[in-house]
Amino acid sequence: MEKLLQIEGLKVEFKVYEGLLKVLNGVELALEEGERVGLVGEAGCGKTTTMKCVLRILPSPPGRITAGRILFRGQDLLRLPLQRMQRVRGRGIAMIFQDPTAALNPVFTIGDQLMAVIRHGSRDAMNKKEIRRRAIAVLREVQLPDPERILANYPIQLSGGMRQRVCIAMALSTEPELLIADEPTTSLDVTIQDQILRLLNALVERRGTSVIFITHSLGVVREMADRVYVMYAGSIVESAPKGELFSRPLHPYTQGLMRAVPKLTGGGIAEGIPGRIPDYLNPPPGCRFQPRCPHAWERCSQAPPPLKEVEDGRQVACFLYEEGA
Amino acid sequence: MAFWKRPGFQRRWDSVKRGWYKFSKNPVSVVGLFFVLLVSFLAAFAPYVAPYPEHAGRFVNFSEASQPPSLKHPFGTDVFGRDILSRVFFGFRYSLMMGVVVLLLVVPPGVVLGLLAGYYRGTWIDTVIMRITDVFLAVPPLILALAVCSVLTPSVFNAMMAVSLMWWPWYTRLVYGLASSIRNEFFVQAAEVAGASRSHILFREILPNCVSSIFTKMSLDMGWVILIGSSLSFVGLGAQPPTPDLGTMVADGAKYLPDQWWIAVFPALAIMITVLGFNLIGDGLRDLFALEEV
Amino acid sequence: MKVLKFVAKRLLMSIFVLFGLSILIFLVSRVLPGDPVRMALGPRAPEWAVQNMREQMHLDKPLYVQYYYWLSGALHGDLGQSLFTRRPVMDDIKEFLPATMELALFAGLIMAIFGILLGAVAGRYSNTWVDNTVRIFSYVGVVTPSFVFAILFLLLFGYLLRWFPTAGRLSAGIPRPPAITGMVTLDALITGNWAALGDALWHMVLPAVSLALGGMAQEARITRSTISDNLRKDYIGAARGFGVPERLVMLKYLLKPSLIPTASILGLDFASLLANAFLVELIFNWPGFSRYGINAMLRKDLNAVSAVVMVLGIVFVIVNILVDLVVAGLDPRIRLGAERGK
Repeated sequence: MEKLLQIEGLKVEFKVYEGLLKVLNGVELALEEGERVGLVGEAGCGKTTTMKCVLRILPSPPGRITAGRILFRGQDLLRLPLQRMQRVRGRGIAMIFQDPTAALNPVFTIGDQLMAVIRHGSRDAMNKKEIRRRAIAVLREVQLPDPERILANYPIQLSGGMRQRVCIAMALSTEPELLIADEPTTSLDVTIQDQILRLLNALVERRGTSVIFITHSLGVVREMADRVYVMYAGSIVESAPKGELFSRPLHPYTQGLMRAVPKLTGGGIAEGIPGRIPDYLNPPPGCRFQPRCPHAWERCSQAPPPLKEVEDGRQVACFLYEEGA
Repeated sequence: MAFWKRPGFQRRWDSVKRGWYKFSKNPVSVVGLFFVLLVSFLAAFAPYVAPYPEHAGRFVNFSEASQPPSLKHPFGTDVFGRDILSRVFFGFRYSLMMGVVVLLLVVPPGVVLGLLAGYYRGTWIDTVIMRITDVFLAVPPLILALAVCSVLTPSVFNAMMAVSLMWWPWYTRLVYGLASSIRNEFFVQAAEVAGASRSHILFREILPNCVSSIFTKMSLDMGWVILIGSSLSFVGLGAQPPTPDLGTMVADGAKYLPDQWWIAVFPALAIMITVLGFNLIGDGLRDLFALEEV
Repeated sequence: MKVLKFVAKRLLMSIFVLFGLSILIFLVSRVLPGDPVRMALGPRAPEWAVQNMREQMHLDKPLYVQYYYWLSGALHGDLGQSLFTRRPVMDDIKEFLPATMELALFAGLIMAIFGILLGAVAGRYSNTWVDNTVRIFSYVGVVTPSFVFAILFLLLFGYLLRWFPTAGRLSAGIPRPPAITGMVTLDALITGNWAALGDALWHMVLPAVSLALGGMAQEARITRSTISDNLRKDYIGAARGFGVPERLVMLKYLLKPSLIPTASILGLDFASLLANAFLVELIFNWPGFSRYGINAMLRKDLNAVSAVVMVLGIVFVIVNILVDLVVAGLDPRIRLGAERGK
């Protein structure tokens, strides 16, 4: 079966004053039609960068894609002329950003921005009236009160939660086949986070949209995803169906993540993983997790372990699971 | 214990070293520093490095008048036969003196007024200080300085006084903006709750957090003050001949353009190099401190 | 209505500033040493003439009385007599101000348009050769005194290449259009006199460019840094990612927010432009207000000097209000903030 999205060997470098940061180190990710995928990892591991590459909106400079393919319905987005890429953006793939305040242009009204997205991102051509009608309809769909007034408002006139609803409305207004939601609740108040998640879940369920859900919270993944990809320092270290990942994590990093989640029962505080994300300027040799890994042995610092299928539908990048190891 | 072994000093010294490291990695600031050091060196040792130090003042040698640049006179000579290179070296002295004296006179009162107005924001102290500041900022400093110079006898000293009189409000306004936001920070409130004195809060809590902006502005302002000083001399309201002031030299040389271009061009370049040096350092500092606007 | 209220409020505030400025300039002109009457009449004038004039100008009265006479005169449009031209200062201003405003506005336009253009291109293509060229240009523009530009241009394009006229507002053969606004270009435009319009613009190019370059460099620097910063903002990525065409993203969604810092320093740059006009008009022999001002300063013509400073104060009050209106027009955060509080 053809995949909806397939990322192969994606490498990205950031040119900064101190040198080259190897931020993505061969990311592999695939998603089938209608699937909901969770992408998990610590802050700064390259989740957002990967997704910005998919839409080709990585700010460059400083970022640069040095290798890899991103296949969307079989065509490589990275080699698509901009003209045809425009037709993928919006109607094919749309993205919700982490911080709605940064994602909305502060000097234009919500109506201006939302209607520009509908006008240029949708499949079908509409006249002004239809565009406006669609805008009001999606605002209503994300449960914003008084959509007429919101169209005339500037972002600063809305609360954080309302802004994120507007961003969700924008992303859904073009009826995308694939929705990328980049930590859509991280910047919101804890009380609103759950509302937004539930709203988002209901909307994609109703439409049957495929979703990539980026998060650093395993709890959110458990609610939102069918399949989970775990990312560490610029590459995927493990992927598995949700149930199997939670019941039996394979990669030492995933195991660490699980232990870091505070539990409601049993008492005691969560453990956390010692050390921190490596320096991208001089990453450790071999496996990038090796300096923090409790199971590391000499082989781990010689070459990076490849991502290999170890069981049906389960992939892991770790020498512990090599045949004969 | 010797002061350099105290932990507080060590910490500060470390941060100076770290700052210097970052500053020296930025090519912009290094080039700026080079120009400023060069100009300062030439100014300080003008009597020793200038090939004809006696040409700085009233000196006439018509047999060598208006000569184009040559090995003997790399920048040529003026209509009185004076070596322009030597006069430019002495000219640096007046430019730098202008900048240093004005800033020394202007920064302390400007900063203190800004601190007071910012800390007492919303009270009559704020109103009085900032409304007076507004009056001085209503017209560009060059015009007010010209007006003041016009009623005084033109001289380098009076030009410095005139510019100083008009320059302090810029520091008041800068520090006012910083101080009125810093005073709401927790560390200031903590000091207040702990019963610290007003002067402690103003000078030990708020001021240190304004220093990077003040230094950056001072570096950029050295350039501006030198430009304004040269403008005053150019119209004849600043330094008077035969003072080897760069602005005066450009004004004199302008009369002999285009044939004897070197008389005006080299002093003009000298002004530009000096101003450029301070500007580049200012930009380097701005990058270093990651300041939005100064 | 909101705009009117804002302008009225700002004008009211400006009256205080202008009042303060009048005290400042009065003090500067009267307290500092020197005998302006003696200077105006020359050393050979008889003592009784000097005395007469001093009384006529109230210079024999105490300071606050002098200030009272001066201020009440000024409020009635009487700024006293110029000690040098022996005419009412008001007449001199009416004659000379339009020429300077014309030059300054033309220079201001050049400054804003090219400054923003250069900065925008440099910011869009940051860290390329385009950016580096603009950067070098900006440094040259910032560190070069405008009188040096003026001399260089006069020399190069006026005398050596003879592309542009070297002095005055109109060529000898072209009659001046009837004075409606006093600005030759505008008068020519109103009367449809294209020859005069072209010629007047031609005369303005060199002085205007000398004046504009410094501010242009500043505007270019600010615009460059905001454009290149904003280019990395999420809202630009979002607009692109939703399929909004690149041209629209650049010219609308990137440009408008990026112009806010540039617009806010326009007032300051225009101020230093007008200050530099004091030197540049002298060099190009431009018969304007600034040349009048600098001559008044050189001759210690006190009434004229104080009038010149006051007029400039008024000009900047207006300029600053206009700049604030432009910034508020660009930035809803300021508009809405002003509505809510204060």
